[in-house]
Amino acid sequence: MTTEASDQAARHDPVYDRLHESSEFAELRKRYRGFVIPATVAFLAWYLLYVIMSNWAGGFMATQVVGNINVALVFGLLQFATTFGLALAYSRYSNAKLDPLARSLEQSYRDQAGTDAKRGQA
Amino acid sequence: MSDQFLTTFLFLSVVALTVGITFWASRQTKTATDFYSGGRSFSGFQNGLAIGGDYMSAASFLGISGAIAVYGYDGFLYSIGFLVAWLVALLLVAEMLRNAGRYTMADQLAFRMNQRKVRTAASVSTVVVSIFYLLAQMVGAGTLVALLLGVDSEAIKNLTIVGVGILMIFYVVVGGMKGTTYVQIVKAVLLMLGSALIVLLVLAEFNFNLSSLLGAAAENSGKGDAFLQPGLQYGSTLTSQIDFLSLGLALVLGTAGLPHILIRFYTVPTARDARKSVLWAIGLIGAFYLMTLILGFGAAALLDRDQVDPAAGGNQNLASPLLAEAVGGGDGSTGGAVLLALIAAVAFATILAVVAGLTLASSSSVAHDLYKGVLKKDQDVSEKDEVRVARIAAFAIGAVAILLSIPAQRLNIAFLVALAFAVAASANLPAIIYNMFWRRFNTRGATWSIYGGLISAVGLVLLSPVMSGLPTSMFPDSDWAIFPLNNPGIVSIPLGFLLGYLGTISSREPEAEDRFTELEVRALTGAGAEGAVQH
Repeated sequence: MTTEASDQAARHDPVYDRLHESSEFAELRKRYRGFVIPATVAFLAWYLLYVIMSNWAGGFMATQVVGNINVALVFGLLQFATTFGLALAYSRYSNAKLDPLARSLEQSYRDQAGTDAKRGQA
Repeated sequence: MSDQFLTTFLFLSVVALTVGITFWASRQTKTATDFYSGGRSFSGFQNGLAIGGDYMSAASFLGISGAIAVYGYDGFLYSIGFLVAWLVALLLVAEMLRNAGRYTMADQLAFRMNQRKVRTAASVSTVVVSIFYLLAQMVGAGTLVALLLGVDSEAIKNLTIVGVGILMIFYVVVGGMKGTTYVQIVKAVLLMLGSALIVLLVLAEFNFNLSSLLGAAAENSGKGDAFLQPGLQYGSTLTSQIDFLSLGLALVLGTAGLPHILIRFYTVPTARDARKSVLWAIGLIGAFYLMTLILGFGAAALLDRDQVDPAAGGNQNLASPLLAEAVGGGDGSTGGAVLLALIAAVAFATILAVVAGLTLASSSSVAHDLYKGVLKKDQDVSEKDEVRVARIAAFAIGAVAILLSIPAQRLNIAFLVALAFAVAASANLPAIIYNMFWRRFNTRGATWSIYGGLISAVGLVLLSPVMSGLPTSMFPDSDWAIFPLNNPGIVSIPLGFLLGYLGTISSREPEAEDRFTELEVRALTGAGAEGAVQH
């Protein structure tokens, strides 16, 4: 596919308007935003809490947990754990809730794109 | 002398390996898509490794372990910011960028805005961020090589900088994205294996007991329990605490705005592969930062203070290589010499892979955005022509980086990297996020946020204690520092977002709003996105 031509032509393809109007797309967008917006707020708040505690709660962070391992280290390691956990949770959520809708919409695009404008290969 | 021979031999092996890979990759680089994005044919796992290779820089490997060795816990704070930042890339940027763009960061803005204006702005910011990051890596390479050869001479440092500069131009000009990616994959594997080996040897010294390792580090540091708590490096004045908050913001929001990271999302066939590659990268980078924690505390526990602590005449950037020597049997032993040379060569490979990614990102943007998009108004430019310009741009950027690195050797490496993150977070991230989530966003909003974030971040650093007023400043004898913080993020990031908002609501651009419909469908579903190239 020659990329220049398809890029310009695709811009005016009315199939995008139809897909955008579809309830399937509205559902996809709702599910996507419903996950990533709260998740972003949560992990940023959790991270900022860590930065703020490191700055202004030195006494608490210095509390010993086991041996020489203190709250500061555990808190830091928990940031790793939550990062891994959220990444996995998002991956599962996408596979189960987002990808099927995205695939089906993309298939509709492939089916319809050729009919509006002679774009050849979609 | 034989140690130096071994070190030199391993360094040359790394260079030979990467040069070989590049020649091999060059045979598969034919079209513009091959050059810019490796034909979009890498798997999620391969790209995850390459992202790790692109991201885990000398500042991470040498800088963070060194900071932990000297300041204890405070060095760990960098790792956390650098890792958590990947969630921004995973949740908000990677997949949508993959679907909406083609080769550069600017593509997804140009999709619905005034191409000429947004491409110019994005390209300027891409080049500025990449140059700061390049300077950090090249200055680091010079220091590393000079110290390993045991000669602290300006000539050796300058020669190394020129050598690294020539190599990175070569990787990009000859190998394009394919060559760069394979160099990054090889580096990521070497770095993980090399680090894991040293970590195991360190832990074995302490019978795999983390608590006794920490105890020994605290005792040997001479600072006691304070070594294991926050505050040693950043202190307890309000200014230094706000400075730390500012750094924390820049680290967590910068990653998803780094151009050399963003273009990696274009190297896979679909958005799902982009997601998979970020997941692999998070696992890899997280594991790596956990290892730097052990390396740093291990160096604090096992090395003499005068080896690593700058206050005692040591060099903190050499904590990891010296630790390798210590766990290999110590100075003078064969095991020590072998491990020292090995880790030094891994560090060198690390630098080479990162500078290649940076050179590629900036030369791609010059060719695709400035030359094709702006100068030629997106018309009548053959792929061949575009790639030729990208190669010329790689030469020019390499030359500029070499010329700037030589006088920049007084600057602290970690500071240069943190500045690149601050500029990326202030100038690039607001535009990327607004563009994907806000229909009303338009050309004026994009250019205001990019230029505003860029100028405020760089301007505040020029007015900060980094440049003047302190014995550690670049110009210690003058004082024009009216901005008290070293890192500008806490001011420049909100300013970037605010200017993006103000620019948008103060102008109307119905076309940009109309095209948002298509952008959104494309970004979320992949409908009409650029596919992989079949060879």
